[in-house]
Amino acid sequence: MTTITDPPKESFRLSMLLYDTRYRSMTIQVIALIGFSAAVWWLVGNTIQNMNALGKDLSFNFLGEPAGYDINQRLIEYTSQSTHFRAAIVGVLNTLVIAVLGCALATVLGIVIGVLRLSNNWIVSRIMTVYVEMFRNVPVLLWIVLAMAILIETLPAPRDYKGDDATASMFLESVAVTNRGIFIPGPSFSNGFANSTISWLLVVGVLVASILAIRYVRAQATKKQEATGVRPTTWYLQLGLLVVPVSIVCIAMGLFWTSPELKGFNFKGGIHLRNSLIALWLALSLYTAAFIAENVRAGIMAISKGQSEAAGALGLRPNRIMSLVVLPQALRVIIPPLISQYLNLTKNSSLAIAVGYMDITGTLMGISLNQTGRELETLLLGMLIYLTISLLISAAMNVYNSRMQLMER
Amino acid sequence: MSDTHAQTVAYVRETMLEPQAPPVTVVGPIGWAKTNLFSSRLNTVITLIALAFVYLVLSILLPWAFHNTWSATSLRDCREMTGTDHGAACWGVIRDRWQQILFGNYPVDLRWRPILDLVLLLVALAPILFSNVPRKLLWFSAAYPFIMPWLIWGGSVWVPVMAAVGFILGYLFLKFGEKALGSLFAMIGAVVVAIVWWLFFLGPVSDIFASILPIGLEKLGSSRDIGGLMLAFVIGVVAIGLSLPIGIVLALGRQSDLLIVKTLCVGFIEFIRGVPLITLLFVASTLLNIFMPPGTNFDIVLRVIIMVTLFSSAYMAEVIRGGLAALPKGQYEGGDSLGLNYWQAQRLIIMPQALKISIPGIVSTFIGLFKDTTLVSIIGLLDPIGWATAIRADTDWIGILWELYAFIALLFFIICFGMSRYSMYLERKLKTSH
Repeated sequence: MTTITDPPKESFRLSMLLYDTRYRSMTIQVIALIGFSAAVWWLVGNTIQNMNALGKDLSFNFLGEPAGYDINQRLIEYTSQSTHFRAAIVGVLNTLVIAVLGCALATVLGIVIGVLRLSNNWIVSRIMTVYVEMFRNVPVLLWIVLAMAILIETLPAPRDYKGDDATASMFLESVAVTNRGIFIPGPSFSNGFANSTISWLLVVGVLVASILAIRYVRAQATKKQEATGVRPTTWYLQLGLLVVPVSIVCIAMGLFWTSPELKGFNFKGGIHLRNSLIALWLALSLYTAAFIAENVRAGIMAISKGQSEAAGALGLRPNRIMSLVVLPQALRVIIPPLISQYLNLTKNSSLAIAVGYMDITGTLMGISLNQTGRELETLLLGMLIYLTISLLISAAMNVYNSRMQLMER
Repeated sequence: MSDTHAQTVAYVRETMLEPQAPPVTVVGPIGWAKTNLFSSRLNTVITLIALAFVYLVLSILLPWAFHNTWSATSLRDCREMTGTDHGAACWGVIRDRWQQILFGNYPVDLRWRPILDLVLLLVALAPILFSNVPRKLLWFSAAYPFIMPWLIWGGSVWVPVMAAVGFILGYLFLKFGEKALGSLFAMIGAVVVAIVWWLFFLGPVSDIFASILPIGLEKLGSSRDIGGLMLAFVIGVVAIGLSLPIGIVLALGRQSDLLIVKTLCVGFIEFIRGVPLITLLFVASTLLNIFMPPGTNFDIVLRVIIMVTLFSSAYMAEVIRGGLAALPKGQYEGGDSLGLNYWQAQRLIIMPQALKISIPGIVSTFIGLFKDTTLVSIIGLLDPIGWATAIRADTDWIGILWELYAFIALLFFIICFGMSRYSMYLERKLKTSH
């Protein structure tokens, strides 16, 4: 007679924590957690002890106190009487300005250079190779400092524009390139809203609405193409939608341009692009463009030649081959590293402090830190801001990646 | 057979004609130029524009660069020598100041030490970089991390020796304790033993040895004397050497199934990658002492090295994680089916392949790290860029610009370009596919 018996129940032994795979991972994790907590405990304990010894406490009250310093480039109202918090906001906005400007220029340059590097014209591809290697292998800080030094030392001073024997003259009577920065005409409204920000928001709002309308027109055109096989001509409608509403709004609010004029020792009026902004912008864009060029080149090379040949065999024209077959596939390869280059550019913009551009590193983690002596708080806040920007950008990247992923079966 | 060929054939060629050379327009320099430069009308125009551009650049650069101004002692001197205010390079500044750009304020009579260090670095790297170098040299490579800081900072020889003893003790504990305690506890024990040795025994024991046998080098007055390219090298080499192993551990942690370990690693990596290096350097210069036990005051260069290492190890971890993710799952399963445990599988199967895949990424992280060492000039250390700023403020050299930055850029270019070429060589050498 046979009976089925359960295997003997193992009683729990201490050694099973280590040798039984069911428990071992738990043991390791608990040990890791204990080690980590001990390290944090130790660091925090030290910090508290040291802060007490220095007579400091952890407090963010300084953010509400007047900053007491000026910021030369500001997108929002700011005076030296404003708070440290407002100074930090000005800094964040300046960081975003340089990041957006830099990413835009770097993308354009990078795509052009990356495509030209693949050119079958030997000398052009060689020149582009030299460019890429030159910029990739030299520190970006050197390019920034060098660009700043060039702007200051080689451009004419404002006084050169003065008098009858002026050695420099304004470009088209409206743009002055000086060693104190570039002065360009600035737009303003004669009968807009009292608060100029609202007027600008209105213009931007109209522009966004136009773009949405254009997208709708395009979607309709595609629908019609899919139904009938003939794509209606819509480019004049799109152009009109883009230009007309904005023009109407601008004219209604009385848009006019103020040109910079030489008054005293410097130019007044218009928009003053400071050397620090231009140097940082150029250096970061040229540097990042070299990396983007490599990504673009890799992306285009990743698309096999058969793809464009097959598209040609289907009877597509060269520009349709590019836009319908090659680019959509190449973009899937190019975009993820491109976005991480944007991330790098944004982080590298913190080098602004080397040329005195007042971004978040210059305001919150620079002057505010020195004036209040609150290293811990300012650095924590600053890091948190950069971390937020980075995480937002990489979240955007993840969304894009999951959308563009090849649907494999 | 038949008589169809009865009549004599009028003419049959007995020798073949020599094959004709292809037309000159297809081969040789002309053919090359035709396909690569003038293949179409548009291409011809582009070529001419590009040639004009190259001519323009060279016609500005060459007359500027070739002036014999090596003996000049100030910018004024230079201008008298060349007779022009602008448009002539003044190389005297390089002759006058190259020592500071390379060594900073490092004492002149001790400069043989960093130079020897560099030579030893090349010797120590040789067996790692090239496979046809005697393997015995690897022992020297293992000893180099202890020799290098000693040569730079000086002091008693017993300190680095006793620091090495900590590693040996840990290794011995691991080797002999494994039987009794099992691999996990032996590893934890080894780490604890080494740390206890470094914290509590390193100082006293090396003092005892130093009083018995006082061998040592002259101690460097202050770390701030380390400057110029040498500072970039010290930070770069140490951080590169440390970030690779830390990066591997972090990458493994991030790939592991253990939730807590994974969370800690992801948190660390994402935090470090989310903030710019300069903020970490601010932490090094202003905050790091606050995190340490009261009374600790350690060296600014060391603090910078710690932060730079943390920074680059996070990037290294991501690069290696890419390599790990690119390995087919079969490799992991193959390791398991051979009965290897986790560490054996990692060491023998996974890591060699994952590291090979990630070579380009690893080297470009190294290059980025080496370039990023220039950021220390912002927190007041005098690296080459810091010195350039200082020299440009000198009354003798006010107004100097291109020469100085060109020289520094060239130094960095040679090193970084060399690294990237080496990575290409290594990729080719390790390539096993067809």
